[in-house]
Amino acid sequence: MDYINAFWVGGLICALAQILLDRTKMMPGRVMVSLVVLGCILGFVQIFKPLQEYAGAGVSVPLLGFGNTLWNGVKEAVDKEGFIGIFLGGFKAGAAGISGALIFGYIASWIFEPKMKE
Amino acid sequence: MKQQEKEKEYEAYVKEKTPVRKPGPAMAKAFVTGGIICTIGQAILNACEKAGMSKDISASWCSLILILASVVLTGFGIYPKIANWGGAGALVPITGFANSVAAPAIEYKKEGQVFGIGCKIFTIAGPVILYGVFTSWVLGLLYWIGTLIGIV
Amino acid sequence: MNAIKGTQSIAFSESPYLVSAGSVAGKKEGEGPLGKYFDIASEDDLFGEKTWELAEGTMQKLACMLALKNAGVQPEEVRYLFGGDLLRQGIATSMGAEELQIPVFGLFGACSTSGEALALAAMTVAAGYGDLVLAATSSHFGSAEKEFRFPLGYANQRPLSSTWTVTGSGAFLVGKKKSRVRISGVTIGKIVDYGLKDSQNMGACMAPAACDTILQNLMDFGRDEKDYDRIITGDLGYVGQSILFDLLRKKGLDIKENHMDCGMTIFDQQTQHTNSGGSGCGCAAITLAAYIMPQLISGEWKRILFVPTGALMSTVSFNEGESVPGIAHGIVLEHC
Repeated sequence: MDYINAFWVGGLICALAQILLDRTKMMPGRVMVSLVVLGCILGFVQIFKPLQEYAGAGVSVPLLGFGNTLWNGVKEAVDKEGFIGIFLGGFKAGAAGISGALIFGYIASWIFEPKMKE
Repeated sequence: MKQQEKEKEYEAYVKEKTPVRKPGPAMAKAFVTGGIICTIGQAILNACEKAGMSKDISASWCSLILILASVVLTGFGIYPKIANWGGAGALVPITGFANSVAAPAIEYKKEGQVFGIGCKIFTIAGPVILYGVFTSWVLGLLYWIGTLIGIV
Repeated sequence: MNAIKGTQSIAFSESPYLVSAGSVAGKKEGEGPLGKYFDIASEDDLFGEKTWELAEGTMQKLACMLALKNAGVQPEEVRYLFGGDLLRQGIATSMGAEELQIPVFGLFGACSTSGEALALAAMTVAAGYGDLVLAATSSHFGSAEKEFRFPLGYANQRPLSSTWTVTGSGAFLVGKKKSRVRISGVTIGKIVDYGLKDSQNMGACMAPAACDTILQNLMDFGRDEKDYDRIITGDLGYVGQSILFDLLRKKGLDIKENHMDCGMTIFDQQTQHTNSGGSGCGCAAITLAAYIMPQLISGEWKRILFVPTGALMSTVSFNEGESVPGIAHGIVLEHC
């Protein structure tokens, strides 16, 4: 059951993003930024959590999830440390994703060569 | 003023003349591609939780495995082909983010470790990190103020 | 007697001749409709080099040497080389020209560079400043995509209006040496800006410039559009062509019958997934060298107007919110 929800919610988010790409002049970079920012906001207004309970990876795998992760990190840090938490929490929570991309991407540069598109 | 009007007119005319992908098929392909990637993510989450990991750690493993898969597919030139077909279905998931880091790393190594890869690895993904962290900071500030005045 | 014509053109009488040409193309171009016409169509888009930029430099060098070989001329006999490419500081041209050791003028005209180079070469020869002059230009998908759009591995879905930068270099030997094709006139284009800011729709950005130069050419030479067997634009693509037809129709001209676009001809849109067509300096250059020249030599086409178009933007200007203006240069080529 959770697979079906993950599939259709994740798919729907992508389908909506496709409209943005095709109908507006938004470049991929802008779409990615919009998704992350939206994820933060959804987390802040407490909509993300129930969505995640319903759709699981359907909302956490899209970049919306990354935005929510950043928000959660800041929230927990503020709860724990007060004001300075707003500086402590974001990067820390996003560490897995950012480090993973950075490290694997860098190692990939040792192994792979750029290829012409076909 | 007249110049601006002419330009607006031309822009509207060009918009009319420029073909765009038929929304139906494009959205369907994005739906399928994104759906599959999310389903794979769900499978990873389930497997991790079954193995007894907490929700947070499971989520981290899910991200890492998807990122690794995307980087490998990028290296072999397969991920761009997936995006060519699936469009936003390949851009929106975290795999798109990973591709946007791996691709510059591979391309810019010819310009050296520091000035090539070092300087340019975040050339596409940088904005995601900047605006993600900044937004969470702003919202965090609002939240903190909220806790101060007691509405949270 | 050479004479300036109208406001932007020059007519050459005992004209400079297009003595010979050389064309070097990459893998995708070799697999396209014009594949069999290119002097070289390489399976290896790196041309044995380590980087895309070096590969592009090598392509220019090879194209020049082919043009020289086809005319039986040595590099030492060439007075000047007019060359350009799309890259920052024109490095592909510098790298290619260095080995030839011919005095060189580095140019920038974006995808109109082949027109700019041919015009300057023709003017130099006609004015008596050189018996043999080379005009060369190139573009490379890898180097251009990296500079203007995204690294190659990036997974982006190209909009339908986008064009595919051609990996190719065309070189032309222009001179007093008699051949079957002469440059009988040139019309130098002005920058034309209709305020469009869409870097993914180059055809629409450049069509106004093509229209402007074609009109000016017809006016300066007192001709109408039917006087040319073909009016050939560089890389307007499917979208740009349609817009050009509309713009000219508004001025009372109909070029539907005799128009050709190198970007539309060089790739098969259906099987090669090139959306609106080919683009880049190399697009017009290798199509002229490999496909158009033979038709002029055989007399199949007696007089054509070759109008490569360029989009004068940089990544900086685009990011700063500036529009993408166009420019087009007209070269009149005749069978003789």
